Amino acid sequence: MSVLINAETKVICQGFTGKQGTFHSEQAIAYGTKMVGGVTPGKGGQIHLELPVFNTVKEAVTNTAATASVIYVPAAFCKDSILEAVDAGIELIVCITEGIPTLDMLEAKIAVDNAGARLIGPNCPGIITPDECKIGIMPGVIHQAGKVGVVSRSGTLTYEAVKQTSDLGFGQTTCIGIGGDPIPGTNFIDCLQLFEEDPETEAILMVGEIGGTAEEEAAEFIQTNVSKPVTAFIAGGTAPKGKRMGHAGAIISGGKGTAEEKFTALEKAGVTTVRSPADLGKGVADATGWK
Amino acid sequence: MNLHEYQAKHLFENYGMPVPQNRVVSSAGDVHAAIDSLGGDRWVIKAQVHAGGRGKAGGVKLVDSIDDASHHVGEMLGTRLVTYQTDADGQPINRVLIEETCNIASELYLGAVVDRATRRVVIMASTEGGVEIEKVAAESPEKILRTTLDPMLGLMPFQCRKLAFGLGLQDDQVKQFTKLLSGLAKLFIDKDLSLVEINPLVVTREGDLICLDGKINVDDNALYRQPDLMEMRDASQEDERENRAKEWDLNYIALDGSIGCMVNGAGLAMATMDLIKLHGGDPANFLDVGGGATRERVAEAFKIILSDSNVKTVLVNIFGGIVRCDLIAEGIIGAIEEVGVKVPIVVRLEGNNAERGSQLLEDSGLNIIAAHGLTEAAQKAVAAAEGK
Repeated sequence: MSVLINAETKVICQGFTGKQGTFHSEQAIAYGTKMVGGVTPGKGGQIHLELPVFNTVKEAVTNTAATASVIYVPAAFCKDSILEAVDAGIELIVCITEGIPTLDMLEAKIAVDNAGARLIGPNCPGIITPDECKIGIMPGVIHQAGKVGVVSRSGTLTYEAVKQTSDLGFGQTTCIGIGGDPIPGTNFIDCLQLFEEDPETEAILMVGEIGGTAEEEAAEFIQTNVSKPVTAFIAGGTAPKGKRMGHAGAIISGGKGTAEEKFTALEKAGVTTVRSPADLGKGVADATGWK
Repeated sequence: MNLHEYQAKHLFENYGMPVPQNRVVSSAGDVHAAIDSLGGDRWVIKAQVHAGGRGKAGGVKLVDSIDDASHHVGEMLGTRLVTYQTDADGQPINRVLIEETCNIASELYLGAVVDRATRRVVIMASTEGGVEIEKVAAESPEKILRTTLDPMLGLMPFQCRKLAFGLGLQDDQVKQFTKLLSGLAKLFIDKDLSLVEINPLVVTREGDLICLDGKINVDDNALYRQPDLMEMRDASQEDERENRAKEWDLNYIALDGSIGCMVNGAGLAMATMDLIKLHGGDPANFLDVGGGATRERVAEAFKIILSDSNVKTVLVNIFGGIVRCDLIAEGIIGAIEEVGVKVPIVVRLEGNNAERGSQLLEDSGLNIIAAHGLTEAAQKAVAAAEGK
């Protein structure tokens, strides 16, 4: 078991024939992801990476029965791509692109919610169920099928979390990068709920960062709704106020969104927190008693 | 991106939001003509910098003669204003706003911001104008009225009326407020803003509403489709090194420690700073080299980090991901040779082919300390910064 995606998930790629789409689709196929085609308007009918290219997502869905789509188009076109995926009935939309205008995301998120679809990202590494399905830009090789559910706002810091849980032999059920933007399609609470309901996920590792109140809301949710051990790290304890730390969403504004507030809220909810990014795996061991 | 007050007020005017008559000057010699065209016998002089807290820092003056005005403008221009929101160097004053005064009966607050928790644009209004809204929110949250702006529908007049009546406005003021707030909502959506604040929004003794101050933040990600706002950018108010980094698609933020950081990924970059602090050191900067840690970008990153004379060592922390670590190592070696780095460089590589990458670094004959694991990297960097 896993959450959202597994070996049976049929995936298409929007922006399939572009540089990013091509490179990461090749990687996904090599990992064993069931890629069934792609979309590039105007290139319908061609074959790319031995898979069919379609002009529209609707056509791709009709012909391949895909339920998931990964988007590698430039930021200016992402709202359109997300809405096209929604319109075609895609259930899981994964948007990797960074730099999408916030108002575009506000509108896209409303459309995704109204359709009952799920959006992961944007500005994220994607989602992976080890040995089954990889949708995104993460290096497959560091993952290991196992029992920890990983959810993170960061990219490479997620890889740290993954590698440390792999090195300790715990492995992961599914790893979800929810992204570093102010308006993510999927948030911590959505993922915590999924992991709580997944019988194979035995522990949860969440990696947050400064900015916003998503971690505080997650803490509140954990208190009443999560029975599994949760370990957390928050990046940005040393970040200055009022400065955007790379991610659009990573900013302490009006004195709100500090790492300390988040650590405190999580600790209050019974979460095992670690103060060093080198202790992510160890934190899971401490929270679970695993050796 | 931030706008100046005079730019914000210009946008307000374009959206039917009342502002005081004003002129912008960039030399004391222009004051006479500006005041002549404004008329009246009393004016406010306001330094235009990207920072709040100008009043207390001496950046706002009330004057009642042209001589007085010229004197203050002359004193302000070319200097730097230090407020509680700036660093110790302050922000340069290159322009000054000269404005007519008004008879203030009461001060309100009006603002709009993207609210992350509800994933909507939220409009906030309060009778507690003139003070920091964060303070009001913390001490008496019931004094902040809210309504939500639907990005697709826009703001409905009833929502404006609800806030107007909540603020205790009467008669024609309700109409004025509805027009003003409708303009603000349209401005927010049209121009891809992430924050607008009118603090204070003044009710004059004559009973009219007027936007006495204006603060606007623009969504950086949307600047590509806001060419007129792009032209309003004032690079003199921004950090020079941060801007140079941006040209190379590097994310750099200067801090005041001694350990330079070069990391791929914003989250890992923040975590690396935290780790240095945890081991007793102080990070000199935040720097995300992004996904493609190529030789050119790494070289440019070194140049920017080392332009800070406080830097005693640089910690390079790269999680290789899909790009092979041996290729990254070659890039780092090339960049160090090219830039002629003098300080010790601690490098931690993780991911694909990490061992070979570390070996290349060790065999390079350069002043590179290879570290295995995050903790060791931080310890070695702290020791190197202390000259050990």
